[in-house]
Amino acid sequence: MVTESAHEFETQDLLLNVGPQHPSTHGVFRMVMQVDGEVVRDIIPYIGYLHRGAEKLCETMDYRQGIGFMDRTEYLAAMNAELSYVMAVEKLAELEVPDRAQWIRMILVELNRLASHLMFMGAFGIDVGVFGTPFIYAWREREAIIDLFEEISGDRMMYAYLRPGGLAWDVPTNFVARCREVLTAVNQGIADFDGLLTKNEIFVARTQGIGYISAADAIDFGMSGPSIRASGVPLDVRREEPYLKYNEIKWDVITETDGDVYARYLCRLGEMRESVKIVEQCLEQLQPGAIMPEKMPRMLRTPPGEVYIRTEAPRGEFGVYMVSKGGNRPYRLKVRSACLSNLQALKHMSVGQYVADAIIVLGSIDIVLSEVDR
Amino acid sequence: MPEGLFGLNPWLDGLIRLLLIVGLMTVVAMGLIYIERKVLGRFHARVGPQRTGPFGLLQSVADALKLIGKEDLRPRNADPWTFEFGPYMVFIPIFMGFVVQPFMAGFGVRVLDLGILYFVAVSSVSIVGWVMAGWGSDNRYAMIGGMRAAAQAISYELPFVLSLLSVSMLAGTLNINEIVLAQWQVPNIVWQPLAFVIFFIAALAELNRPPFDIPVGESEVVGGPFVEYSGIRWSMFFLGEYASLFIMSVLISALFLGGYEWPFGTQLGIGFQLLLTVVKAAILIFLIIWVRASVPRLRIDQLMGYAWKILLPLSLVQVLVNGFVLVYHLPLPVLTVAGVGGIVLLSWLTERAIRKPRAARASAIALQSEAAS
Repeated sequence: MVTESAHEFETQDLLLNVGPQHPSTHGVFRMVMQVDGEVVRDIIPYIGYLHRGAEKLCETMDYRQGIGFMDRTEYLAAMNAELSYVMAVEKLAELEVPDRAQWIRMILVELNRLASHLMFMGAFGIDVGVFGTPFIYAWREREAIIDLFEEISGDRMMYAYLRPGGLAWDVPTNFVARCREVLTAVNQGIADFDGLLTKNEIFVARTQGIGYISAADAIDFGMSGPSIRASGVPLDVRREEPYLKYNEIKWDVITETDGDVYARYLCRLGEMRESVKIVEQCLEQLQPGAIMPEKMPRMLRTPPGEVYIRTEAPRGEFGVYMVSKGGNRPYRLKVRSACLSNLQALKHMSVGQYVADAIIVLGSIDIVLSEVDR
Repeated sequence: MPEGLFGLNPWLDGLIRLLLIVGLMTVVAMGLIYIERKVLGRFHARVGPQRTGPFGLLQSVADALKLIGKEDLRPRNADPWTFEFGPYMVFIPIFMGFVVQPFMAGFGVRVLDLGILYFVAVSSVSIVGWVMAGWGSDNRYAMIGGMRAAAQAISYELPFVLSLLSVSMLAGTLNINEIVLAQWQVPNIVWQPLAFVIFFIAALAELNRPPFDIPVGESEVVGGPFVEYSGIRWSMFFLGEYASLFIMSVLISALFLGGYEWPFGTQLGIGFQLLLTVVKAAILIFLIIWVRASVPRLRIDQLMGYAWKILLPLSLVQVLVNGFVLVYHLPLPVLTVAGVGGIVLLSWLTERAIRKPRAARASAIALQSEAAS
């Protein structure tokens, strides 16, 4: 496209293809940027490179087999994704989850939020241009969490540990002590990030005032999670529609008002501190007991009906819409992906800014492409 | 400098020294690659290379062998001449800058009376290679990277040269060896702290090291001008990068830290002088690697603005103050006081440029939403 210009030369915008193989697109996202020198004039996003039809596949599977697909839908916060799914099944099948299972679920979900936010910190540090340091710091702490999950579930990413009705099996006996160890490590990690990035002059200069989105626009785009809370909207499903035991403990919804990249970073950092608090309180509450309902059928069948369950995943509202026509498999499954909605706002946030800023705006909404494409 | 150290005619003598230097520099660059990986590994809370040879010492050799063995690809649409000669244009000027480096008293390839001028002139030629590589690759990332490199080099050349000038004003010569010898009592960093800081920052930019690595910024332009290169040509860029890191460190240690002269004088012998230079350069290299491990990358407008609005005026002020002190024969400690004041001013200006008041940020946001709509 030829643009009008004040110069005597005729200038032309450059089309710059970013991705699907690019170090900063966090997976296989592709966008075509129209750049005028270094300034982004337009962004055309392309998604779908990681579409595996997880929703459709779930319709051909037993309810318990679907859990594995949820892991792969949101591989950085698999516990949170599983939670939405099993809660939907429980609501359809009218299963009561024992208290112990609920507390353990809460601990696992919050730990997974920590792991996911740590991943964000690391990847975002690289997007901003620190050579690897924050990434490896983040992975050091994330490794502690992943190790714990491995001890519990036997897998490091695809846990498949939650079951409709409760948990697959009880946690190991040293679970509480191990959790406290992990929390100590994570607290250290948060302090490290405070020192490395939060007050770093160049980091502040790069992120403040970049990728601004107003509260009204964020709501219009259907954003959720830290990305909308950074714009000053205190939207948190854990507070709006408390599930598990979130209304029985003390915690705050972290909001920032600036709505820029720096605010989104601070918001996630604050949420990590809150998650640590939540896990500490859950550990206090943990009592011995059953982890599955007493009368659990061997073959899980649900009465006809439909249900929409949403939970607060690290990236925002992770919803599962499930229709049952009876039988042991869902008739229709639809996943409401927070990343997809957040990604809509990318163009709005990055047009008019520099190429380097568009990259960190993309990093700041923390997408997982497998969740976008499913 | 003793003419004809190798007992031959000057031309042959120069040639032998040049070959020695090329061999030496290649080894030094490979060593630096290993050191950087090891030190960065420590900063990253990991151990770095350790599998190839004792302590991973042969890692660079293994890398070099791998790179030599790789296919030398050229994209079909690339401009053959520009693409193929780009690496040499980067590589050769950097090695030529070595000619005037003072390692020991009286031993260099040549001791030039206009050493600083020669160094500045030769080292800026390599930017042509960057632009050639960027333009010739027929790749948009490469082109953006090449253009960024050119813009950055032109901007930072000025504070770089001006702080060199303030040092040579003090010594009254452009001969690097004489500048080193003039520091026999006090190194220049004491008299010229501001010039040292500006020179260090500008040197980081000249070397394309973080936080000024925007031409190669991996998260944005994926390696910039190097993106289409492979094998031996790519390794030439790499070698040039580390050679220039070493050369720049030696130069800083010679100009500001007293080189081989301070604090022990020249009577301890050539070997000791070499050791002193290398130790000083090593400290600087460590500092540069440390910076790399801890700071994010600047954006292009911030990078240019920092050079033109902050570094350039301050380096001009430094030259001016030097002029006053020398013309009116003021005591030299005045320079130290002025320099420290200048550093305070520099950090204040930097802070002010970064922490924009809310109003400025709001107007930037308004501009953005205008562009978005």
